[in-house]
Amino acid sequence: MSVLIVINTADGHVKKASLEAITYGAKVAEQLGVAAEGVVLGSVNDDLAGLGKYGVKKIHQVASDALNQLDAQLYTNVIAQVAQAAGATVIIFSNNVDGKALAPRLSVRLKAGLVSGAVALPDTSNGFVVKKNVFSGKAYANIAVNTPIKIIALNPNAYQTIAGEGVAEVVPFAATVGTPRVKVTSTTKASGEVVLTEAEVVVSAGRGLKGPENWGMVEDLAKTLHAATACSRPVADAHWRPHNEHVGQTGFAIAPNLYIAIGISGAIQHLAGVNRSKVIVVINKDPEAPFFKAADYGIVGDAFEVVPKLNEAIKKLKGVA
Amino acid sequence: MKILVCISKTPDTTAKIAFTDNNTKFDVNGVQWIINPYDEWYALVRAIELKEADASTVIHLVTVGAADAEPIIRKALALGGDEAIRVNADNHDSYYIAAQIADVAKNGGYDLVLTGKETIDYNGSSIGGMVAEMLDMPYVSLATKLELAGTAATITREIEGGEEVNEVSLPVVVSTQKGMAEARIPNMRGIMAARTKPLKVVEPIAVDALTSVAGFGLPPAKAGVKLVPADNVDELVRLLHEEAKAI
Ligand SMILES: Cc1cc2nc3c(=O)[nH]c(=O)nc-3n(C[C@H](O)[C@H](O)[C@H](O)COP(=O)(O)OP(=O)(O)OC[C@H]3O[C@@H](n4cnc5c(N)ncnc54)[C@H](O)[C@@H]3O)c2cc1C
Ligand SMILES: Nc1ncnc2c1ncn2[C@@H]1O[C@H](COP(=O)(O)O)[C@@H](O)[C@H]1O
Repeated sequence: MSVLIVINTADGHVKKASLEAITYGAKVAEQLGVAAEGVVLGSVNDDLAGLGKYGVKKIHQVASDALNQLDAQLYTNVIAQVAQAAGATVIIFSNNVDGKALAPRLSVRLKAGLVSGAVALPDTSNGFVVKKNVFSGKAYANIAVNTPIKIIALNPNAYQTIAGEGVAEVVPFAATVGTPRVKVTSTTKASGEVVLTEAEVVVSAGRGLKGPENWGMVEDLAKTLHAATACSRPVADAHWRPHNEHVGQTGFAIAPNLYIAIGISGAIQHLAGVNRSKVIVVINKDPEAPFFKAADYGIVGDAFEVVPKLNEAIKKLKGVA
Repeated sequence: MKILVCISKTPDTTAKIAFTDNNTKFDVNGVQWIINPYDEWYALVRAIELKEADASTVIHLVTVGAADAEPIIRKALALGGDEAIRVNADNHDSYYIAAQIADVAKNGGYDLVLTGKETIDYNGSSIGGMVAEMLDMPYVSLATKLELAGTAATITREIEGGEEVNEVSLPVVVSTQKGMAEARIPNMRGIMAARTKPLKVVEPIAVDALTSVAGFGLPPAKAGVKLVPADNVDELVRLLHEEAKAI
């Protein structure tokens, strides 16, 4: 028996969310007294054996050109075969774009109950109950999984990565892959920036900034903090900022360690995408702005004065000129 | 072209979230229900646009829900579906709902099955993938664009930090999100027409759910905001560094 962790890569590198999934999966394995194993599909440049320090003992590597891009059906075929060979009773995904494409398919394939968006370790004291976010982070639900095999898709940033000691045994796995039905014809990436959904720190701004020409100070602050930038919906709708920065109910849902909201009122639909952030800082000139109710720290003031000063103060702290 | 759009009913985005029956049920008291925004704005409106581009297109809507889902499905019909199917079942897990949708889709000869990215109450982001697996169809998730040319679909989907263009032959299941279409509001003509459009009620097939809700809870309330004077950003930096350990 084992806990099987599905490890995602992008451009040959293991995703940060997968390190969280491995740490989490290793803990689940410990709880159940079984081994933690991993599976990686497609070619990888990173040192897989080194992932052992997050607690995984053995990694099944399935290399095939057909697996270098995501075809949910092929991936499901392969993961199902590995799961069977490894005697997996719990399968862990990260609830990121790949996990959302794969976990539901695998759930049907294996008739294994799925909890997507898990935020804590399972409670195995009476059955198998996993806590997940519901109502866009405004509440949680405890979901009982009632099948012999269980699938958990862990929310990114919900479980802290812990690196210890250890080396994983990496073994090639010969799987029947099949023929892809989805062909990837092109890929575009926002280059060089911190990926919003993975960022530890996010600097976000709203309509209070008046126009796209004023985003320089936001980008400067983000650079100092090695943060991703985000925005409210009207800002994306007005094309002040790209759509892939829009957070909230209808945009991305994020859960960074630190979310800095500048000139954003804090409408409930905005909060739905950011209220899982660990620490929220609000900078707004209106003391009545609803965002202050959801904030940990706040400054009532003019963003155009506060943000540049804040940037300088953080630079000073970090010792950068 | 035959399109099936999956429509679910969710509490209005501003609804108060509370629970009853020893925290095992969502408190529906005073809650306004809406069409799940992703289903309405993106899946349904994109289907309507495809019909506007090719008048021979037929749009069916499916919802798995009790009779109280009917106002929602009528509103969806008013926006533009041709007919609706309600599977008369309530309160089950994603697998159960997906099995009902797959059963409706199985004999419908649909070229395209569209879902929203996720329901804003359960946040599963699961049903599209489950339906695709049950129907042995390809699944493109979190799509931001969808174009059709004959039996070929060109679909742009979100990837971490970017986008990817996929080509796939119909039929296909697609989960949709922002970018796909612009929200519309129903007009009087649509509302009148919806009254006479067929809304078929079918009984669910027998399926065992794989999961169940053991209970709900609310996250601990925030301690309250600590305000720092605007002329003392150093203090904010100190708090973030020393107290919150966030920078
Ligand atoms: C169904 C639905 C879904 C939605 N989904 C989303 C979503 O996903 N994401 C989202 O963001 N919104 C969403 N919205 C919109 C949401 O309701 C708000 O309208 C929106 O979030 C407001 O954006 P804002 O805070 O940038 O702008 P505003 O509400 O205009 O707020 C601007 C803020 O800036 C402050 N300000 C002005 N000047 C300054 C200054 N010089 N210095 C400091 N502060 C200043 C003001 O006091 C104000 O609080 C949705 C709405 C609906 C109905
Ligand atoms: N009860 C339902 N009836 C019909 N479609 C549904 C139902 N629940 C969810 N869906 C569809 O599946 C999508 C994803 O839902 P979920 O997996 O619950 O996040 C939704 O956006 C809908 O398009």
